[in-house]
Amino acid sequence: MIAALAQWFGDASRWAGADGIPQRLVEHLAYSALALAIAALIAVPLGLWIGHTGKGERIVVLLSSGLRSLPTLGLLTFLVIVLDVSLGQVLIPVTVVLTILAVPPLLAGCYSGLQAVPREVVQAAVAGGHSTTQVVTAVELPNALPMMIAGLRSAALQVLATTSVAAYVGLGGLGRYLFDALGVQDYTKMLAGALLICALALLTDGLLALLQRLLTPAGVRLERARNH
Amino acid sequence: MIEFDHVSKHYDDGTLAVDDFSLTVPSHSCTVLLGSSGCGKTTLLRMVNRMVDPTAGRVLIDGEDVASLEPVALRRRIGYVMQHAGLLPHRTIVDNVATVPRLRGRRGPDERRRALELMELVGLPASMARRYPSQLSGGQQQRVGVARALAADPNILLMDEPFGAVDPVVRQELQQELLRIQSELAKTIIFVTHDVDEAVLLGDEVLVLGEGARVEQRGAGADILLEPVNDFVREFVGGTRRRLHVEHRDGVPTVVDAAGAITGRLVEQ
Repeated sequence: MIAALAQWFGDASRWAGADGIPQRLVEHLAYSALALAIAALIAVPLGLWIGHTGKGERIVVLLSSGLRSLPTLGLLTFLVIVLDVSLGQVLIPVTVVLTILAVPPLLAGCYSGLQAVPREVVQAAVAGGHSTTQVVTAVELPNALPMMIAGLRSAALQVLATTSVAAYVGLGGLGRYLFDALGVQDYTKMLAGALLICALALLTDGLLALLQRLLTPAGVRLERARNH
Repeated sequence: MIEFDHVSKHYDDGTLAVDDFSLTVPSHSCTVLLGSSGCGKTTLLRMVNRMVDPTAGRVLIDGEDVASLEPVALRRRIGYVMQHAGLLPHRTIVDNVATVPRLRGRRGPDERRRALELMELVGLPASMARRYPSQLSGGQQQRVGVARALAADPNILLMDEPFGAVDPVVRQELQQELLRIQSELAKTIIFVTHDVDEAVLLGDEVLVLGEGARVEQRGAGADILLEPVNDFVREFVGGTRRRLHVEHRDGVPTVVDAAGAITGRLVEQ
């Protein structure tokens, strides 16, 4: 098995061309990034608003756990049929299902990050003459940032793993190896594809973990160290 | 000078936090609002910097109705100290002290020097400037809170149980520091507390507040201790604990309160 895998990865043709690993990797990253970006555009402002005002938390928790429980592959098939998209437009339903997957963790990271900022800190900031915008940007955001990145990590992990479904509706990405191999029962290729997706997800998570460390303000890091 | 002109605060749920309260706080003096929690004393304090707007009446600063002033600008020229310092966890001590000047867009070596001076004024060593709030004790954080409130050189200081969350020894230290600072700076202070001894020590004038911020008694701290005008005040300031007599126990002149509990020992001055 390992020899077969090594041979698969060693084949020079794997590293070039339209079905080569670099091309599939770029496709995979592009679909994932697109969905994450759209999800962030929705979740970050909404999450900041909920976290700042404390309003609407319940409905959002309910809604996002509902969204989380939707089966991705089923939803994708459903959307492709219902939207009646042509082959050139399948990126739309793919992006929709991946966005739905990414919104809940991003949203949770934002509003719980803001809510974790101690009340008295916000109160003191208001009393000292911070405007509402300054409370959000200078007080709440810097202190919420580590939890927001944690939400991004969780979203990225799920999206990167699930982007494989793009291949199910005829698009590229690393999922191509899985679905192509399934048809011809090429288990080496399937395993290679799965390993590549895993590696990509872990690498991305590692990079984001690094970012999270870098963006955690020193004072906050010390506070955590003291509390644990 | 701060004037409360027949202010009331009704909440939508029907509670009446403040019922027709009037008071003039003279400039450069410390007025203490003394009462149990829920009596509306914090609500009164917050009316001054518009954290709360009264539902009736006016609050005036030097004759100017605060309702006509923009809240954010108003707050930047009034110092505010809370029970929990509420320091910004991600900013160093010196940056926390300079919060308000920074908000006004002033930052640089001058502001830094001024922040260090204020740290010295409140008894914090300059070596703490680069530390973070989580590395300080509760008492030290409170000192930073006081320094931060003074940073914009406000005429008015609002203090909401500022020493309520620190242990008794540190509290006494901080009270003495405040007296010293006040003798130097002579701010107009409104100080909210439920601690009778603290009120008597710090207040040029003390108001004992009952429910709905009704003024039960107003006057010098000593008068309130010695001549409570009604049962409410008598109980609030300590009841039997304040009615003392001397008993000789084994030849030692011992001060005993009306309930029979020993409170101290009579000594020659």
